[in-house]
Amino acid sequence: MLELKQLYQGFRDPQTIASLAKDIAQVAHSLDQQINIMEVCGGHTHTIMKYGLLDLLPDNIEFIHGPGCPVCIMPKERIDQAAVLAQQEDVILVTLGDMIRVPGSQGSLASFRAKGCDIRPIYDPLDTLKIARDNPNKTVVFFAIGFETSTPMTAILLQLAEQEKLANLFFHINHVLVPPAIDAVMHDPNARVNAFIGPAHVSVISGAKIYRPAVEQYGTPVVVSGFEPVDVMESILRIVRQKAAGKAELDIQYSRAVSEQGNLAAQAKVEQFFQIRPQFRWRGLGPIPNSALQLRDEYAHRDAELRFKDRLPVKEIDDHKACQCGDILRGLAKPKDCKVFGRGCNPETPLGSCMVSSEGACNAYYRYQGIDSKEQHHG
Amino acid sequence: MADVSTKEKAIQLSHGGGGKEMNKLIRDLFFAEFDNPILRSEEDAAKLELQGATAFTTDSFTVSPLFFAGGDIGKLAIAGTVNDLAMMGAEPQYLSCSVIIEEGFSLKDLTTIVRSMAKELKQSGARIVCGDTKVVPKGCADGLFINTSGVGRILRPNISAANVAPGDAIIVSRDIGCHGAAILMAREGLTLESTLQSDCATLWPVVEQLIAANIPLHAMRDATRGGLSAVLNEWAVAANVGITVNEASIPVCDEVKGLCELYGFEPMDLANEGTFILAVPNDIALGALEIMQRFGHCESAAIIGTVSDELPGKVILRTPWNTKRYLDLPQGELLPRIC
Repeated sequence: MLELKQLYQGFRDPQTIASLAKDIAQVAHSLDQQINIMEVCGGHTHTIMKYGLLDLLPDNIEFIHGPGCPVCIMPKERIDQAAVLAQQEDVILVTLGDMIRVPGSQGSLASFRAKGCDIRPIYDPLDTLKIARDNPNKTVVFFAIGFETSTPMTAILLQLAEQEKLANLFFHINHVLVPPAIDAVMHDPNARVNAFIGPAHVSVISGAKIYRPAVEQYGTPVVVSGFEPVDVMESILRIVRQKAAGKAELDIQYSRAVSEQGNLAAQAKVEQFFQIRPQFRWRGLGPIPNSALQLRDEYAHRDAELRFKDRLPVKEIDDHKACQCGDILRGLAKPKDCKVFGRGCNPETPLGSCMVSSEGACNAYYRYQGIDSKEQHHG
Repeated sequence: MADVSTKEKAIQLSHGGGGKEMNKLIRDLFFAEFDNPILRSEEDAAKLELQGATAFTTDSFTVSPLFFAGGDIGKLAIAGTVNDLAMMGAEPQYLSCSVIIEEGFSLKDLTTIVRSMAKELKQSGARIVCGDTKVVPKGCADGLFINTSGVGRILRPNISAANVAPGDAIIVSRDIGCHGAAILMAREGLTLESTLQSDCATLWPVVEQLIAANIPLHAMRDATRGGLSAVLNEWAVAANVGITVNEASIPVCDEVKGLCELYGFEPMDLANEGTFILAVPNDIALGALEIMQRFGHCESAAIIGTVSDELPGKVILRTPWNTKRYLDLPQGELLPRIC
């Protein structure tokens, strides 16, 4: 029988990590340049902070924490829409984990739940089917969030809802895409990123191929990496080796599950139910064309944005002026640069979304803040 | 033992009405199971003979589900209060027991829970000497709430979070996170199959051994809600000391590790109901550990860290590859990660 520990044990081996750190330092030392690696995904930010990896890296390697956290990039108006949906008579709003903590302009979904709205956080999107079946007289809205990794699950949920003819299940789609976010970061005139670590779980679905254009257009190495400390350290080593050899290539570190093409069946499912949304406003990054998905016209009858169109607020709402989530998501600032970090803004009462999710950069810094590392302490 | 285990009988509002039905419930169930002369005296208040410094604590218990792998709300209600006394170096003596029951609650389940309480009391020798029963209309409570208060004679004074001192070692009594993990697994929505059991247990027997062996106990605390992280952070602040723990030394079983991997939780944040942390001077830490392991059924007890005067108020976690980070207090409700 496969045990979970077999999946991670070797990838947290202290000796392997120490020897990778040594190799990284050796190669990085020979470089006369600063390497600014953007780990696109919040999961990697979490790995780097939780395992204290910054302590192991030489001075000329810096991490810039990217916009790949589905909770962090959700603009307030979308959360307000979720709150309005939850306040409708006989509506059950279903969403994933951390989403219920993110503040909208009128409060978080958790605060609306406390006021009596029926809001249910779930772990598996397919649990929504049971909720819809068990409550035939209610309207169930699935507030779908996530990057390429989680979109196929929403597609399957939709497919099953269609097959079962569950007329009371609707979708509010907030699925977003990684490559347009990378473009948005790189098109900023102040962009400092010169290497990327790409999230492996996205590429398990979409393949490593989605990063080819970035490698070619920006001349930056992209290494598709797993989430264990050995994975991240090995990916850093591969980046510094490319830099030392003067190369910029697409490389798959997480070869145990990622291929160039990805999961074609999952891609076909996404294709079947979703189409590109002409524009989506990202928290911190602003509107990015073709950066998100929406339901195909054939499934418009399940689109909560259409079903409740007359009631959903569309006014764009920016973050609190003091909140620097935008600069942090674009890699222009670190959490400690923000005036309200750890003071007005903490995980209990977050001002910005980067403090909410365990994958948000501010949250990771607040929890794990490196000690004696290059990063300044908080508090 | 009185036979109240009639099939599918349910608690009705009249069971809390102060009349015949309530008297029958109290006599047939609570008196029968908790039987002792002080309780049987049926006065308005129990008369207690107390000697010297006495510890006094109270706790209310609400748990969903009421029955979980390794225990139930009854066992929890006894162990929880008894453990709070034990952590102060007090021998648990007298407890009160108040129950708030939702109308329609199964009499069979109530019986099981009360019997479980009676069984757990035997672990410490404490007695329930007074109590109260209320029944509230359906929908006004989630099945059953229990409050227990307890008093105990302090055998070892000066055990306090403020007494954690530089030069102390930190010991944990067993592998952490089992209760939190078992409850999460039992809840709707997180369907997993596992043999994992809550650690719910009475800690007095092992504390009694430590006291008998004359171990100088600086501080003790059971790591309930907030887990190991909460206890260590509270101590660091209360005593104004820095605490460093070695991640590799913290015992965590594979099932708890696995659940944490899947859902993105930290074992150090998960609740325990029969696991305690203690701070003792470094030079007797091994002795304390041996007593816990040999006589206290704490086979997986371990020394996990040290106390110093560096970075006062902070808890630092040292990873197996010798990097450091803060071990912060857990915040907010535990929600599974998204991807």
